Amino acid sequence: MNTESQWSNLKEVVASVLEQAKSLGMDAAEAGVSYESGLSVTVRLGEVETIEFNHDKSLGITVYKGKKKGSVSTTDIHPDALHATLEAACRIAAYTEEDPCSGLADPDCIATSIPDLNLYHPWDINPEQAVVWAKECEATARTLDSRIVNSDGATFSTHNRFRVYGNTHGFLGAYPSTRHSLSCTVIAKAGDSMQRDYDFTIARDGNDLTPRGRVGQRAAEKTLRRLNARKIKTCEAPVIFASEIAGGLIGSFIAAISGGNLYRKSSFLLDHLGKRIFPKFVQIEEEPHLPKGLGSAPFDQEGVATKRHDIIKDGMLQSYVLGSYSARKLGLKTTGNCGGIHNLILSHSQYSLPELLRGMNKGLLVTELLGHGVNIVTGDYSRGAAGFWVENGEIQYPVEEITIAGNLKEMFSNLVAVGNDVEKRSNILTGSLWIDHMTIAGN
Amino acid sequence: MSYKDFTMQTLELETDYLDIATHTLLEPAGLSDQQLQQVLGKVLGHAVDYADLYFQSAHHESWILEDGIIKEGSYHIDYGVGVRAISGEKTGFAYSDDIILPALEQAAGAARTIALQGGKNKIQVWNRLPTPRLLYGVEDPLRSMQDADKITLLRQLDAEARKADPRIQQVITSLSGVHEIILIVGSDGTFSADVRPLVRLNVSVIAEENGRREQGSSGGGGRFGYTHFLEQDLGLGYAREAVRQALVNLQAMPAPAGSMPVVLAPGWPGVLLHEAVGHGLEGDFNRKGSSAFSGRIGERVASPLCTVVDDGTLPGRRGSLNIDDEGTPSQCTVLIENGILKGYLQDKLNARLMNTKSTGNGRRESYAHLTIPRMTNTYMLAGNHYPEEIIASVDKGLYAVNFGGGQVDTTSGKFVFNASEAYLIENGKITKPVKGATLIGSGPEVLKQVTMVGNDLKLDAGVGVCGKEGQSVPVGVGQPTLKIETMTVGGTER
Repeated sequence: MNTESQWSNLKEVVASVLEQAKSLGMDAAEAGVSYESGLSVTVRLGEVETIEFNHDKSLGITVYKGKKKGSVSTTDIHPDALHATLEAACRIAAYTEEDPCSGLADPDCIATSIPDLNLYHPWDINPEQAVVWAKECEATARTLDSRIVNSDGATFSTHNRFRVYGNTHGFLGAYPSTRHSLSCTVIAKAGDSMQRDYDFTIARDGNDLTPRGRVGQRAAEKTLRRLNARKIKTCEAPVIFASEIAGGLIGSFIAAISGGNLYRKSSFLLDHLGKRIFPKFVQIEEEPHLPKGLGSAPFDQEGVATKRHDIIKDGMLQSYVLGSYSARKLGLKTTGNCGGIHNLILSHSQYSLPELLRGMNKGLLVTELLGHGVNIVTGDYSRGAAGFWVENGEIQYPVEEITIAGNLKEMFSNLVAVGNDVEKRSNILTGSLWIDHMTIAGN
Repeated sequence: MSYKDFTMQTLELETDYLDIATHTLLEPAGLSDQQLQQVLGKVLGHAVDYADLYFQSAHHESWILEDGIIKEGSYHIDYGVGVRAISGEKTGFAYSDDIILPALEQAAGAARTIALQGGKNKIQVWNRLPTPRLLYGVEDPLRSMQDADKITLLRQLDAEARKADPRIQQVITSLSGVHEIILIVGSDGTFSADVRPLVRLNVSVIAEENGRREQGSSGGGGRFGYTHFLEQDLGLGYAREAVRQALVNLQAMPAPAGSMPVVLAPGWPGVLLHEAVGHGLEGDFNRKGSSAFSGRIGERVASPLCTVVDDGTLPGRRGSLNIDDEGTPSQCTVLIENGILKGYLQDKLNARLMNTKSTGNGRRESYAHLTIPRMTNTYMLAGNHYPEEIIASVDKGLYAVNFGGGQVDTTSGKFVFNASEAYLIENGKITKPVKGATLIGSGPEVLKQVTMVGNDLKLDAGVGVCGKEGQSVPVGVGQPTLKIETMTVGGTER
């Protein structure tokens, strides 16, 4: 079956599921299916290690009987299996209870047109070609310096995705997208200790990938600079989160203003709409329609039209991040974020990372975080870290086996500057973040 | 050895797992032995050392009670087959969510792309071995209780948590179960099946006092039916435990920052072993020489007080397996014995490349994932000290009772784990509760700092999920009370 007919088949499956749900006596239903196919090739030490062919499809269905709902999902979409799955959904709906906030998204929010966001750039690559590219990438990394003694390999992958979603408001939307990536991880040794680091490139369009030699070179450079890392004394100091990990901090902010955590009173940012969270110079907007954006989507997981909106303006919280259910729980309107945020853009200063380091003069540059020590209920933050100690505005030496701790609410309000080194390999587009002070635990 | 004293009675069930698996996975598609031979033969026709087919059917369900009502119920079916071909260090892998001959042949064609033409390996005669031991029942846990009774159980837990203290503002209780049937057919003669139940019950609460909110959560599970949670009010105990934790956290002060002695409570804090040594001893990292433990068998990596094992043979445990996902019977593997590094955790591929045998640790999340070496239940054996003696020996330090998760960089050996309930120890006594803090250390060094081991070995309640290379599998951990002479605690108080 060719791609086009496979896609129209999936649309028919969704339409038929919605029909059947009604004939089973349900008042409303929604169904979504994603079909993903791809190739992933890993080489290690110049030899092929794995070649994986992916074909995944998963159909999710939710049915509503009044304000009661039942959800099911299956990888088997043959008619008989589908019918049995739907019956299971109806059975579940008999046991769940009336929830006044439950139901499809309001009809007036549903997408009426599906903008082309330039997300689909299929790349017909055979495994042999993918192997050659991954080998070239790894070879560049391995030959850069004799201290690179081992490798965890280089992986090239390409994936196509076709997403269909429909509901009994009469909405049936679909769009294809692609994602291509190349990553490389190498190991360096000094004395008895080893360090590993990696680099990667990812894009919707293969033409936008960083050249493979450059990925290999950066992987090697990042690994080498970590050699001979040491612990530092416990202290309080300014901390700069390098842009490649800074998105995590912003991700925690988003979690704290997400509907699910808000209506469960599980956030340190309850009732903060209109209040100051960041300093005045911070602007954060969501732009779901960024062409080729890694987080771009024409509609969210319940068919709601996505649109650009301000989340932080002049440091103040303008909008929560809501789907229909959490919006109803809070007495608000959905923000088109059922399933999460799309592309988030932070405003930044004109300063480069080296300029930020000079401005900080003495402190810690964090390039890696370890563990999950973020408590969204209280904002308490404590994570393992590795990076570089900075003095006189310059990197002095690598550090590891330390923790950094603080409270997110204070960290956000103590943001000093955002660098111009915007990380583009993520749906959170932020530069390096300089936090005035945190507690560093070491020796 | 004494470490099996706590095991439950082995389940005595005379059931043929192979019959169940064949009936569920092969018969609907009418797949015969001959056709399976043909598919494997097609893969082996090339320079392939080994090939296998992994058939899987898994039914999952979950029920969630929130705001006092049953809000979510969901059901999920996974059904498919993975085809793997191995040639030296190379692996080719493809899968299909259709278990029919043409899909199998297509996947086989894709998997063999790793090898050049001209192989000479033959398929071994299939050895239909009965599943070696029965660590859990074959009954479908989803049917072990009526739907109405599952809901009643969730309501009881909700009520128990709410009545325990007026400061409890929010309660979420959830119940989930999986019934999985797998069949592995390999070119080395493997023809094995397993039927695996897995259930879990969870309670999480938010307590509020004077505008301050804190959370607590508790739960448990394993490879049995839901009625397990009714025995001795186990489920209600989870509700009371979640409330207790939230209330302790309401009183917690900022945690200290810096190096100090740390005492870890028994049971779930064994996540230390999982991160600090477990991952670093997985065969793939050691075959590649990328682990901080590579090439160190026979060396001292822990104090002589420490003996650590990975044991997949404990009846009913969350991490236990009759056979692993390559058909190898699970076993109890000694990783560290009296402080000396003894062994790695192996799957077939890495064992062959390292000239040793699989330890039954080849696991995969599903048919759509590649097998890699993974832990089962990882724990440290008991020592001689009473827990009270261990606490009393510390002048000023941290007593960590509960943990969230952890993470490790297996190459540098640096690992962290996050305490969710901890106390200060002052002058040999447990005093004030402190906020959760990250503990950080170095895997090959931290166990050398173990100076006291308790006589109170305990396994966790059955909630562990381990993630590696994007794949999640259920695991268990355990340990007795442990004293670590010095470790870095990542609080904010100096």
